[in-house]
Amino acid sequence: MTAVTSTPAAGLGAGVRLEGLAKSFAGEREPVHAVRGIDLAIEPGETVALLGPNGAGKSTTIDMMLGLLDPDAGSAAVFGVSPRDAVASGRIGAMLQSGALIRDLTVCELITMVASLYPEPLGVDEVVARTGIDEIAGRLTQKLSGGETQRARFAAALVSNPALLVLDEPTVAMDVEARRSFWATMREFALHNRTVLFATHYLEEADAYADRIILMAHGRVVADGPPTEIKAMVGGRRIRATLPEAEVAELESLPGVTRAERRGEWMVLSCSDSDTAVRALLARFPDASDIEITGAGLEEAFVELTTREDA
Amino acid sequence: MSFTVYTRYELLRTFRNRRFLLFAFGFPLVLYVLIAAPNRHVHDLNGSGLSAPLYFMVGLLAFGTMTAMLSSGARIAAERAVGWNRQLRITPLSPRTYFRTKVLTGYAMSFGTIGLLYAAGVALGVRLAADDWLKMTWLILVGLIPFAALGIFIGHVVTPESIGPVIGGSTALLAFLGGVWFPLGSHGVLVNIGRALPSYWLVQAAHVGVGGSGWGTNGWLVIAAWAVGATILARRAYVKDTKKA
Repeated sequence: MTAVTSTPAAGLGAGVRLEGLAKSFAGEREPVHAVRGIDLAIEPGETVALLGPNGAGKSTTIDMMLGLLDPDAGSAAVFGVSPRDAVASGRIGAMLQSGALIRDLTVCELITMVASLYPEPLGVDEVVARTGIDEIAGRLTQKLSGGETQRARFAAALVSNPALLVLDEPTVAMDVEARRSFWATMREFALHNRTVLFATHYLEEADAYADRIILMAHGRVVADGPPTEIKAMVGGRRIRATLPEAEVAELESLPGVTRAERRGEWMVLSCSDSDTAVRALLARFPDASDIEITGAGLEEAFVELTTREDA
Repeated sequence: MSFTVYTRYELLRTFRNRRFLLFAFGFPLVLYVLIAAPNRHVHDLNGSGLSAPLYFMVGLLAFGTMTAMLSSGARIAAERAVGWNRQLRITPLSPRTYFRTKVLTGYAMSFGTIGLLYAAGVALGVRLAADDWLKMTWLILVGLIPFAALGIFIGHVVTPESIGPVIGGSTALLAFLGGVWFPLGSHGVLVNIGRALPSYWLVQAAHVGVGGSGWGTNGWLVIAAWAVGATILARRAYVKDTKKA
């Protein structure tokens, strides 16, 4: 297991520090261990993706980082103080996973109202322009579509001018165009030496927009590193082919193949580089037939990673 | 951080909700005219020493302002339902400012009701010295403190689905036992129950108009006790509510 949780011990007061963080909830039959001990450090200026399937514990971790939930064990600190103090000082801006907007205000009025709560907000006009919501700025919040609501919520999070911006599954309900403009704004925002943490279950989003990916599954951090590294671990493809003659060991020695498994007549090859692997496969086994190359789903990759860890 | 800007938008959104305003202001006004207009020549209503238009003006005012105060609970419940309170908790908004704004909004609504009913009362022949108008208004504003806290309390413990019946039911009960619809007399079970309720003392504020002392020690004690009790309940409900995930 190549968990790269080694982060240089930085000075206190910097960034986000989570130590031994754990949280359980009462379940129907037994307690649900949503988060089972998370240690991590995020330095100021980093853009970090919290990547994992649904139920990985991303939202619970974020809620504890924001002081919305008290951990059962461990501690969370943001900029050297408790999450609640960091929130009270106006240094955190966040967009939670769910939540609508209060009605009877226009988007622009709502953003102004939120801005008034912070010590050093950005200009409302500036935020409206930067998030590209000019056309909905004058509309009442109850008349917005799901995607428009998300964009207005993003603007409301941004107007606080935070040192740490936390976004929990921000692009849910957005269409492709809105997604693109959302990430462009987020990137521009992150340029100004601000810390951004976003949760997502899309590997592509994490890969494209984060400097670092923290991979979570079953309430634990299973990997932590630059996107290229994480992508190699979970973003691989699979080759399935009918290969009655081949040996597992021989297939595993092919370039680009990380693992081979026999399923009757079939062989399933997990690949870090499927292009190289398929060329090598055909060169060595010209009679391979029924070849299929599929993206190994993120879910599958997670299951594999975590079962390997538990074993 | 600016309390004024935040409060201004809170007021703006309250007063922009037309349907809500129509009911909050229109309902007590219509009831008042229906009850008081036919009795506008009754000068001593059931031995209360008050004219019918004055008695019912303050009675309906108690009813209308109670509704206005408790309805802040309905708005809170709706805000909680869409997750707005969770979002507020990740802003620097302090609980103190949150409460202050909610109370202020309730009072702003109440001022509307008071103005409308005073105007209707004058139209139906209520005449008081300027001094008495002021004293009566002051007592009503003080008497509303428990209801401001009760509204916040209800908003944080009741779900949006049941908030309507809860507010409607408690207003109806408090109004009936407080003597909004008819004077409770000076002895009997009803009046004894009434004297323990803040709504009774709201209605009694009308007595300053006939040279009465207004509340007396008893009234002040009841209002103070309810104000303290309801504030403690509201605070607890808020803290408990915001600890939830």
